[in-house]
Formats: sequence, C-alpha cells, structure tokens
Amino acid sequence: MDITPLTSKKSLISGAIVLVMLILLAFVPLYAPGYPVVLLSSILMYVILAVSWLVFSGPTGYISLAPAAFFGVGIYASAIIGKALPFPIVVGVGGLASFCLALLVGALTLRLRGIYFAIFTFGLVMLMAHSMLFYELHITGTRGRFVMVMSYNTVYYYMLGIFVLVLLTGYLVKRSRFGLALYGIGQEEDAAAHTGVNVTMVKIITFAISASFMGAAGTVMATKWTYIDPFIAFNPNYSFMPVVMAMFGGMGQLYGPVIGAAILTYLEEFLVTKFAEIYMLIFGAILVVAILYMPNGLVGLIQKLWKQISKRKHAVT
Amino acid sequence: MPLLEGKGVTKYFGGLAAVSNVDFTVEQGEAFGLIGPNGAGKTTLFNLISAALIPRSGTIRFIGRDITGLSPYKICRMGVARTFQSVKVFATMPALDNVILGSFFGTATALSSKDAVREATELLDFVGLSAVKETPARDLTLANQKRLEVARALATKPEVLLLDELMAGLNPTEITQAMELVARIRDKGITIIMIEHVMKAIMNVCERIMVLHHGQKIAEGTPQEIAASETVIKIYLGEKARAGS
Amino acid sequence: MFVTILDVVIAGLLLGGIYALIAVGLSLQYGVARVLNISHGEFIMLGAFGTWMLYKMAGINPLITLAMCGPVIFLIGFFLHRTLFRSLLNSSASSDIFEGRSLLASFGLLFIIQNIAILVWGADIKGYSYLSYGVNLAGSLFEANRLVTLLFAVVISAAFYLFLACTRLGKAIRAAAQDPATAGLMGVNINKVLALCFGFGALMASFAGGLLSMCYPITATMGMEYTIIAIIVVVLGGLGSIVGSFIGGFLLGLIGSIVTYIEPGLALVAYYVIFTVLLLAKPKGILGK
Repeated sequence: MDITPLTSKKSLISGAIVLVMLILLAFVPLYAPGYPVVLLSSILMYVILAVSWLVFSGPTGYISLAPAAFFGVGIYASAIIGKALPFPIVVGVGGLASFCLALLVGALTLRLRGIYFAIFTFGLVMLMAHSMLFYELHITGTRGRFVMVMSYNTVYYYMLGIFVLVLLTGYLVKRSRFGLALYGIGQEEDAAAHTGVNVTMVKIITFAISASFMGAAGTVMATKWTYIDPFIAFNPNYSFMPVVMAMFGGMGQLYGPVIGAAILTYLEEFLVTKFAEIYMLIFGAILVVAILYMPNGLVGLIQKLWKQISKRKHAVT
Repeated sequence: MPLLEGKGVTKYFGGLAAVSNVDFTVEQGEAFGLIGPNGAGKTTLFNLISAALIPRSGTIRFIGRDITGLSPYKICRMGVARTFQSVKVFATMPALDNVILGSFFGTATALSSKDAVREATELLDFVGLSAVKETPARDLTLANQKRLEVARALATKPEVLLLDELMAGLNPTEITQAMELVARIRDKGITIIMIEHVMKAIMNVCERIMVLHHGQKIAEGTPQEIAASETVIKIYLGEKARAGS
Repeated sequence: MFVTILDVVIAGLLLGGIYALIAVGLSLQYGVARVLNISHGEFIMLGAFGTWMLYKMAGINPLITLAMCGPVIFLIGFFLHRTLFRSLLNSSASSDIFEGRSLLASFGLLFIIQNIAILVWGADIKGYSYLSYGVNLAGSLFEANRLVTLLFAVVISAAFYLFLACTRLGKAIRAAAQDPATAGLMGVNINKVLALCFGFGALMASFAGGLLSMCYPITATMGMEYTIIAIIVVVLGGLGSIVGSFIGGFLLGLIGSIVTYIEPGLALVAYYVIFTVLLLAKPKGILGK
C-alpha cells in the first residue's frame, strides 16, 4: 500500500502532471479537430482496457483473457438499447451488464487455482459469440444489428470521462487497504486468507469492477462500427491488445499500460496503412519479447537505465 | 470451557489417514506442544483448525463455537492466528506493510489507517524488527521472516496462536531468542499451540504436550510424563533400536 | 428411432476421435511440460493447411501427408520448447510463475502463427474433397473420410499409448510427468523429455488437423475453437491424465453430437456448461491427479 502522504512532493508533482495532461486532452477537439480526435479515442479505448486489466490481473497475478467478452457486452448494450435511452444511461447499462457477467465468472472460477480462471476467461469470448449468434438466429431472427451513430467529439469526451474514472479507481485501489489485500493475495493467497482477508470476495469484486470499465468503453466505441454481429463484437483481438500493452508498458505502475497503449495504438495505426497483415504478427512477437526480456515493461527498462545513468554520474563526481 | 477443543478430528488424503480420530483440548493461557515424527499429521491438524483443510469427520470448537470448516478469514477474525512451516511472508512488501495487512483485516472491527500503522509499528518493535520495517520481506533473514510472520499473526489480535515449527532452520542463538519471544507472547495472555522438533524448546516452554504418530494421538501429558513415556521413546528411537539389534 | 440413436452415437464417435487426439496432445504439453499451450489450435490449423496445400498443389494423398506434415510440425514444437519455453522455465522463480508466463507466451504465439497463416494462405475458407463418398454402416450413410478419421485417430492414440507404456523413452516421459525433479535425478534427460513431449503434442495437433481437413472446410482462424475444446476435454479427463483425455474426448464428442441433434449451434455452449459444472464440482476430472 502506498502510504506516502498526499501532500508529499512526489504526490504533488504526479498529480500536477496528470492534471495538466487531462486539461490538454480536454481541449484537443478545439485545437486539433478531426483525425487526432479519432486517433485519441482509439488510444483511450485501449488505455482503458489495458489499465482496467491491470487493476485486477496486475496485483493478484490472475491472468484474465476476457476483456474482449466484456467489451463485446458493452458493444451489444449500445446496439440493443442505444436508441431507446439517453446515452449516459446506456453506458451505465453496458458497464453494469459487464459487471454482472464478471461477477458470475468470478464466482465460478476465482475459488480455484489461477490456471482455471485463465482458461475459462480464454474461452469466454468464443462462448459469448456463439451464444449471441444462437440468440440472434433463433430468438430475434436477425443476424447482426445496426448501431446508432455519434459524433467523433461525443465519443471522445465519453472515453475521456471513462478514462478519468479508471485512473481514479486504479489510484484509489492502490492507496487503500483493499489494494494492499490485492497484493497480499497475489504474493501469498493462503497467508492473506489466514490474516483475515476474504480473498474470494476481494478477487470477485475487483474483477467485476475492472470488467465494468471495459463494458462501458465498449458501449461508447460501438458507434465505430455501424453494423455489428457476434463475431465483430466478440473479437479475441480485444483480449490480446490490453495484455500486450500492459506487459509492454509495464505492470508495476498505472501509467505503464497508459504508455504501452499509447505507443502500440499509434504503431497499429501506422502499420495498418502500410502492412495490414503484419501488424498483429508484430504485436504477437512484442508480447513474447516482453514476457522474456521485459519483466517490468518499458517503464522498468527506463527505470533501470535511469539508475545506471545516475550511478555513473555519482561514480564520476 | 476449554479455549480450543477437537473431537474425533479425521482427515484422509486419498486412502491415507493423515489425521485419525484425534481429540484434543487446549485451555486458556496454556502453552500446548504438538510433537511427533515427520508425517505424523501435525501440520495437517493445524490446517484443519485454521480451515485451510476441511476434516472428513469430527468437530473443532473455539470458545464453545463450532468452527469446523469455516473460511480461514472468519476463523482468523474470531481469534485464531497461525504461522506457516514454510514461511509465507508477502515477499515484495515492506515488513511494515506485511503487519499492517493483519491490523486492517484480522479483526472483527476495522481500524483507521493511522491506528493500523501505529499498531503495526509497535508490533514490529515487540518482535524486534523495528530496524528493518521498510525492508521488503524477501530480503530479510529466515529468522527475521519468521518473526515477521509472528508479528503479522499478532496484528490480528488472536486469543490463540498456532506456531508451526517456529524454530526450524534457526541456529542456537536464534532459537533462544525465539523461545524468549514465545514467553513474551504468553505474557500478553495469548494461548500458544506449537509444533516443534526442537525438543529443548518444547520441553522448556510447554506445560502440556500431545504426541501424534501416523495421524493418531499416542500420548498426552506434561513434558516429564512424555519424556518418560515408553511409547514415545519407542516411536522416536524405535527404528534405530530395531536397526541396531 | 433406433437408427437415429445409432446415427447420433456414431457421429459422436467420429467427432470424439478428433477431440481425443487434440486433447491427448494438449495433455502431453500441460501434463508433462506444464505449458498450457493455448496456441494448440494453431498447430491443428497448420496441419490442416499443410495437408490442404500438398493436396491442392501436388495431389498428394492426405493420409500420406500426415506422415509428411507431422514431423515438420513436431520439430517446430520441439524447437519452440527448447528455445522459448526453456528460457521461460529457467527464468521463472516458481512453477506457478512459469505456468502464467508460458500461458501468456503461448497467447502471443497464437497470434503470431495465426497471422503468418493469414499472410501465406489468406483469411478465406478453403477445402477439398477426399474420400467423400458414402459408406453404409448399420443402415445409415456415413462419409468414408470421417470413418477413416476415426480409425486413424484411434490407431494413432493406441500407438502412442503403447509407446508410453512399453518403450524406454515412454517410461521416461511418464516419470517426468509424475515428478520432473526426481526423474532428472534418476538419469532422465529432463530438458530433452520436456521438449519432446511438447513436440509430440504438436504432432498430435498436426495429425488432427490433417484428418480434419479431409472432412471439413478450413480457415486460418479455425484454431481457437479447437483449443477451447481440447482444454475442456483435458479438464474433463483430469488435468495431466493422458488416458483421461482420450476417454474425455470421445465423451465430449458424444455429448456434442447429441446436442447438435437436438439444437445445432449450441455445441460449444453445451461444452461450456459441462466445463462450468466440472469447475463447480470436481476440478480434478475423471482420472485426475
């Protein structure tokens, strides 16, 4: 748990940086309208997925491969009720639906060893796709739906809002006793349980909260596709990307996945235009490389470099 | 009413009876020893008390309440704390944070952050780890890690503390220090149940001792009675004597 | 009425043969090498595409291709383990950490292999026709290629079982599956055995893919579904039990056939329901450790 007082120099500087960044982001549609807004919306989408993923899978070590399932639930919420209710409520419903799905999955699998959780979440995306397909074919009689359209700027501001919420949540979790419990679970789950932590409840709730942000992001981004079907909405790529981005960026700090997502989303935009098929391949390779050689991600590498440089500086003087 | 009692506690792993029909009572304020050869079922019994495992049959009562098979966290909050044979400290967390976790979660009533930090600091002092309170737990010596586990367990304000081989792997100086720590814990009024192989410690610290062998209770009594018991001597020296003759 | 039941049962066995093969393969990789290889389906896909390519380009009999693609994919698996997974093993502080990292690494592999396939062969559906004439069995018509698939699946599994039971290397594998450390102390070259098992897992996948390509159309994205099925079978049969995976494969195939008869399109959902029930009740499976 981080018990550095809120008024310490380090906290104030970090807080100031975040505030400045948010203000800059808030005014982008004014001074750089059009493509930058769309790009930033994409980046924010991946940032939200990656940071939400980290909030649970980081400290506990339980690897979730389900972000795409929750993201897809959000997309479908948008498609099903997007036109019927005011949009803020629709986003809330998307988040709530994902929250409930995650509660169910968590209650089923988080009592068991981490490997069962990982493989259950892995298959969840395909399960949701097949279930939705069956539902559409047999119950509604249609395949796919049309999603309502929203302006780029609206999408952007919604994503920015969710981003702020995710950051806030992640920060509060880290600084609280709840976060301490999460880390304890990740290090020695048995000992944590015997020290009074209701480990199952803590895991399930954290998992559900992280899923709700993914669902909310899906609800907003659904307007990116005017037409969706089960396999467009439940796409394993959206489980893959947050994992790569978080591991590449660094799992130790909340800003690790932010940096990872920003860099890799930009890389994706760049590669999609020039090497459409290769970019997923490169990302796969990046994940493997990150697992092998970057245990603390890019942030970790930079911290190591920084230490080396300051060591050399002190050695010389 | 005994503080902790078990009746007919039995646990099977597959076809093997790890603990077989064991009865025990521990009175308030006692130091109760649990000894026996390796594989006798001592740690399994601890696991059954703390609900890390669920017994096949039998009941365990704490202050008259049936705690058989409850969740570990509930039993902890009721006042039963333990340490582990293979030390399970939270490796990357500073020593202080390890104990704070106990202060936050180990009791039925929640503490404020300030109080928790203060309590944890006092407990680290109590076990003699003030100097290393910011050190990550994995960087501590084994003896210190064991003390950290004790501090963490004490943070949950237990009535009874289960110590699983506290002295294992310690050198003679460290053993004396550990025995002294146990005495200070008893002075606080906490009941102690300890599994030990270091006979000097058990015989000097405990008022009553129970001996397990192949999952069964084969003897119980004061240290003097146990030391003189033929049955006990046989199981500790039996194989050697047979081999010798 | 009776004929219909037999239809469903035999269809289930045909499906089950494939499931058994892929589950045995995954069980080898997880049970011995402790790698839960979620890119397993991609190796199936490679076997399928290799077979399709050789048939389309050179007209080679798919059953012969089994013996051609197999060794290639075996070697790919073998070297992947020797390089990637061995490196992970050496740099992981505990087996739990290794399990997590190798799971993620195989997740990366999934996307690497899948996208290489899309680059080389394209993302559309491919297929070919082989032995697709009907064979009359107990009054119903079954395609010859599916019967051949079942036959080959059983023969390959049986052959492998004999290999494990009777040969020296097989015994080494079984020892390594039980207790790698002790096996190593007993003179088993653990590193080689682990890599071999991973390779054998890939080999099974390759066989299954080749057989699949005879009966069904194939796409570059077909792998993931089979991985999920293999995982469910392995859990059903007991994590780490090869015989359990074999039996579990046929069981799940039967269930899939029954469900498809009642309500097509719900097979995967049904598998997941079973998976859920297993996780709730008995995560150790039928013959688990």
